[in-house]
Amino acid sequence: MPKVAPDLFSQIKGPERHIYKVREITKDIKLILENSFGEVWVEGEVSNFKSAASGHFYFSLKDESAVLAAAMFSRANKEVKFKIEDGLKMVCFGRIDVYPPRGNYQLIVEKIEPKGIGARQLAFEQLKKKLFKEGLFEQAHKKPLPAMPFKLGVVTSSQGAAVRDILQILRKGAPFIDLIIRPVRVQGEAASGEIAGAIEDFNKFGQVDALIISRGGGSIEDLWSFNEEIVARAIYNSKLPTISAVGHQINITLSDLVADVFVETPSAAAKIIVDRRNVLLADLDNYRHSLSSSILEVIYNLKHALAVLLGALISPLDRLLEKQQLIDEFSAGLNRQIRQILNITQEKLSYIIEKLEVLSPLSVLSRGYSLSTQLGTGEIIKDAVKLNEGDKIKTILDKGSFISTVREVIKDDKREKRAF
Amino acid sequence: MTKEKKERFEDDVKRLQKIVDELADGKLTLGESLKKYEEGIKLSQGCSATLNEAQRKVQTLMKKEGKYSLEKFAEDSEPQE
Repeated sequence: MPKVAPDLFSQIKGPERHIYKVREITKDIKLILENSFGEVWVEGEVSNFKSAASGHFYFSLKDESAVLAAAMFSRANKEVKFKIEDGLKMVCFGRIDVYPPRGNYQLIVEKIEPKGIGARQLAFEQLKKKLFKEGLFEQAHKKPLPAMPFKLGVVTSSQGAAVRDILQILRKGAPFIDLIIRPVRVQGEAASGEIAGAIEDFNKFGQVDALIISRGGGSIEDLWSFNEEIVARAIYNSKLPTISAVGHQINITLSDLVADVFVETPSAAAKIIVDRRNVLLADLDNYRHSLSSSILEVIYNLKHALAVLLGALISPLDRLLEKQQLIDEFSAGLNRQIRQILNITQEKLSYIIEKLEVLSPLSVLSRGYSLSTQLGTGEIIKDAVKLNEGDKIKTILDKGSFISTVREVIKDDKREKRAF
Repeated sequence: MTKEKKERFEDDVKRLQKIVDELADGKLTLGESLKKYEEGIKLSQGCSATLNEAQRKVQTLMKKEGKYSLEKFAEDSEPQE
C-alpha cells in the first residue's frame, strides 16, 4: 500500500497566507467601519446608562434583537437638558468608532433627543417627576392665603398685559389693596433667575401679605422660565403665600404646581382677591343677621320665661278659685239635704200636732163640755168634795171663760149623773 | 404696618365668629348677650368698612446694592370704564 500521507494543512499553508497582528486587523476594521458609516442617526432604547466620574456618559442602545454600545463625552452631553435614563427611546446622532483596547465598536454620540416628544417636554416631565418625588407639589406644604391680603407683591414684567390686568381688576373690585411690583423679565435666558430672585427679594423685604407670580399668555417656549427648577424652588421656599398665574388656560407650569394657589391667568389671580372680598362682605352681613336674630331670640326666650313665671305666680289664685268652687258645690249639696230634712221634720211635726189636737182637752170643750179650775191654784176640779162654799172658780168654755163663786156644794150627784 | 392691618382684620373676623357662635348658643345672660351683640355689630361694621375703602398705593420694589426701596409705580393707563 503506497504510503500517502494526507496533507491536512495544505490549504492554510498557502504561500499567499497573511497573518495579522491583532492591532493591525483592529486598525483595518476601524478604518473600514469608521469610513464606511461616517455620521449616522440611530434610534433605540437606552439601557445600562452610566454617568462616569469623568463626566462622560456610557450606555447601550438596543432594540428587539441587537445592542449597540454608545458613549457621549462630557463636552457633548453638557448640552442635554433632560436626564438620559434606561428605557427611554432615543434618537442619537454621531459616528461609529472602534475602540481597540476592548476590541469593540461603539457609537460616539454628539446629539441625543427623545423619540416622539421634544427634548423640552421630556426635560419638563423629568423635572416634574423629580420635584414631585421631593415633595414640592405636596398639598401639606401649601400655605393658606390670608383672609385678605391687604398688600400684594407682584412678580411680573412691568410692561406686559399681566400687570395691567391685575391692577385694573383690583382697582374695580378691591380698591383697598396696596400693590408692590417687582418688575422682572418673563422670558428668555435671564428670566428664570430674575423671577426666582424677585421671589426671594419679597421674602427678605417683607411688608407684603402674599405674592402673585405672573405672566400673560404665550407659546410654551415663552412660558418656559416658569418651568425652570430655580423658579420652582424659589416658590417652594417662599415664606409668603404664593399665587401662580402664568399664561393662558391650558398651560400648566411647574410654578403652578408648586405655588400655594394656582390660577390660569393673571386676571384670575386678581379675581381671587375680589371674590374673597365679596365673600367676606357677604359673611359679615350674615354675621350681623345672625347676631340680630340671636339677640332677638335671647329676648324672646326671656319674655317667654317671664310669661311662664307669671303663670306660676297666678296659679295659687287659680287654686283658691277651685277651692271656692268646691265649697260652692258642697254647700249647694248641703242646702238640698238640709231642706229635705227640714221638710221631713215639718211633716212629722204637723202629724204630731194633729194628734195632739185630737188629744187636747180643749177639743172636748168644742163639743159643749167645760173645764173648771180653782182660781187660785189653777187645779182642775174633778171632785166637788174639794170645793167649799164661796170658792172662786174659773170655768173655761170652748170660747171664752168666766169666773164664778160656789154657792152650794153637792157631794153626791148620782141622780143628776143618771139623768145624763 | 400692613401686616398689622391683615392681622387685625383676621383677629377681628375670628373674634366676630366666636361672638356669633356664643350668642347663637344662647347660654349667656341678657346683660352679657347685649354686650356681645354690641361688640359683634361694631366688629362686623369695622371689617366691612375696611373692605369698602377705596384708597390704594401702587409701588415698585427697587433693589440697589442689596438695599431695597419703594418707588411710585407709573400706572400707564387711566381706568377704562
